[in-house]
Amino acid sequence: MKKFEVLTGVAAPFVHANVDTDRIIRIERCARVSRQDMGLWAFESERFEEDGSDKPEFILNHILFKQSSILVASENFGCGSSREMAVWAIAGMGIRCVIAPSFGEIFFGNCFQNGVLPIRLPHEKIAEIQNQLLIGSKENERSQVSIEVDLIHQHIKTPWNGSYPFEVDPLRRMSLLEGLDPIELTLKSLSLIENHELKSKIEKPWIWNLKC
Amino acid sequence: MAQRTLFDKVWSQHVVQNLAPNVDLLFIDRHLMHDLGGGDAIFQIRQRGLKVRQPGLTFATPDHVVETAPGRTGGMAPWANETLSLLRKQTLETGIRLFDVGQISQGIIHVIGPEQGISLPGTTIVCGDSHTCTHGAMGAIAFGIGATEVQHVLATQTLQQTKPKTMRVEFLGQPPPGINAKDMILTLIGLIGAAGGTGYAIEYCGKAIDTLDMEGRLTLCNLSIECGAKVGMIAPDQTTLNWLKDKPFAPKGDHWHAAALNWASLVSDVDAVFDKTVIIDCTTMSPQITWGTSPEHVISVAQNIPLLDEAHDLVQRQAWSDALHYMGLAPGQAIHGTPIQRVFIGSCTNSRLTDLQRAASVIQGRKVASHVKAWVVPGSMLVKQQAEAEGLDQIFKVAGFEWREPGCSLCVGANGELVNPGERCVSTSNRNFTGRQGPGARTHLASPEMAAAAALAGSIVDHRNF
Repeated sequence: MKKFEVLTGVAAPFVHANVDTDRIIRIERCARVSRQDMGLWAFESERFEEDGSDKPEFILNHILFKQSSILVASENFGCGSSREMAVWAIAGMGIRCVIAPSFGEIFFGNCFQNGVLPIRLPHEKIAEIQNQLLIGSKENERSQVSIEVDLIHQHIKTPWNGSYPFEVDPLRRMSLLEGLDPIELTLKSLSLIENHELKSKIEKPWIWNLKC
Repeated sequence: MAQRTLFDKVWSQHVVQNLAPNVDLLFIDRHLMHDLGGGDAIFQIRQRGLKVRQPGLTFATPDHVVETAPGRTGGMAPWANETLSLLRKQTLETGIRLFDVGQISQGIIHVIGPEQGISLPGTTIVCGDSHTCTHGAMGAIAFGIGATEVQHVLATQTLQQTKPKTMRVEFLGQPPPGINAKDMILTLIGLIGAAGGTGYAIEYCGKAIDTLDMEGRLTLCNLSIECGAKVGMIAPDQTTLNWLKDKPFAPKGDHWHAAALNWASLVSDVDAVFDKTVIIDCTTMSPQITWGTSPEHVISVAQNIPLLDEAHDLVQRQAWSDALHYMGLAPGQAIHGTPIQRVFIGSCTNSRLTDLQRAASVIQGRKVASHVKAWVVPGSMLVKQQAEAEGLDQIFKVAGFEWREPGCSLCVGANGELVNPGERCVSTSNRNFTGRQGPGARTHLASPEMAAAAALAGSIVDHRNF
């Protein structure tokens, strides 16, 4: 898995509540598009016109936000379906970090599996960053606004001297910093798994006796 | 000993190893797989040189990409059949049971798990599908996982999981006649919002849960994820046991007695502390229907769509405005009387026998409005067979419904079955997201009775007065 330590990149405000994973990647793409091409189809219905050209009103099509690697999103981002392709899709667009007040929980977990860092910040902090990004882009029409996400020290730095500390589960933090593979990590506990299985077979034989 | 919740009890029985504060390696008793990604997940771990650790605890069925037209044999397109072939090949080669197209055990994974007696009280159940919370109705910790986690379960039969907080949702009193589990859970989602349960495992309880039949409980738990909760569960009781006994994979003989004894302990202790409690009065409930593009956009059928000024902040106001634009509706408008073109009775939410019985009781002897295309997609082959034995298929067909084969179908459109752009569909499924039933499709979620009445009226109506 791709390591994540410090990311400095263009941040885009994505001010929509309850962005579901169906909206991030349509179901028909899930089975038919390869993982590496998933980014081409991210947010397709709001990103592209019917002829395939960019919709100018979609924020990630804006000249200042096209290069974004950070999304500053609203409540319940990534809710709904468990499809991991939603993470592959945003990662395929170049997004490595999503900051929001809350996330769909399955999406939140899926991010960590793919080297994408999801960060929860309080609602008012998110509104502050989103507003600054919007104002910053208006004031300075020719330059993009970059922010720094530092997973080592667990804080976000913005060009307007904002500093936002964040919490992240220590185990997941370590996995991202070191790019660890969860299956390899778990297989180190193989004897504990075997013990659990033995105990379960004795205490709850009905779990194991699956004759029809 | 400290008083514990049902959730705490089941969780602690499955901890293989504590990995960090509040993070455990959890043993998984049941792994359910479907055709969208199932075959590929097995293929991927085998490519890495890993084996399926417990193929006997893993079950698969095609539901997402199979077509549901009468006489179907697989998918509608070559890519769908390739997906099915991959699932067949991978399950066969690894010894995973597959309930294939044409077999009596095939159906929507969240319908057949309980129906086959695979989903048992006190177990941990996962599937690469967010509606896995359905199986919580059996008294299990059941939750949806992503593709990488599916591989993790295949290879290790465990998952690294953060322990959620607990929420107790108590349904007080009895709902009036004509109000069912779908109305109860939509009322909850309307109250706490689409993120109100995020970070929690919910336990549903109260008089209305005690008296709710098993299939209603499955409907209720199915929508837990729509208020953000990965897990929603109900303590097993006599209703659970009566329903489960003699199901094909349910424990038999001495194992049944031992299991039943064990399951009797699966209740929250009287003084167990929950992180949050929500209490809902059922006695004043009315039929619910969604008006927007999130399950939290829900009202009683007699209510008007909210005004934008009622939104609690600018983000919600914008979301409501976008939703109404997509849905072709206006703020303050009555939802009752809105013309519809499609009706879908099906999905892992509402495609079980009692759902079809209740819909049929509304339809009996009447006709679908001439401008409406209405489908019934039974949740499993077994449901279909039982419904046909009762003559329900005839009631639907005579009324003008299409009676189809089991699968996810119009709930998600993965198989290519779609609602056309701009068409309005009353659907018994679980998600009214933008484009969920097809690009431009407008979805209104409701109970089977409401969907049935809408099909007859050709518009959104209160099934109790229709």
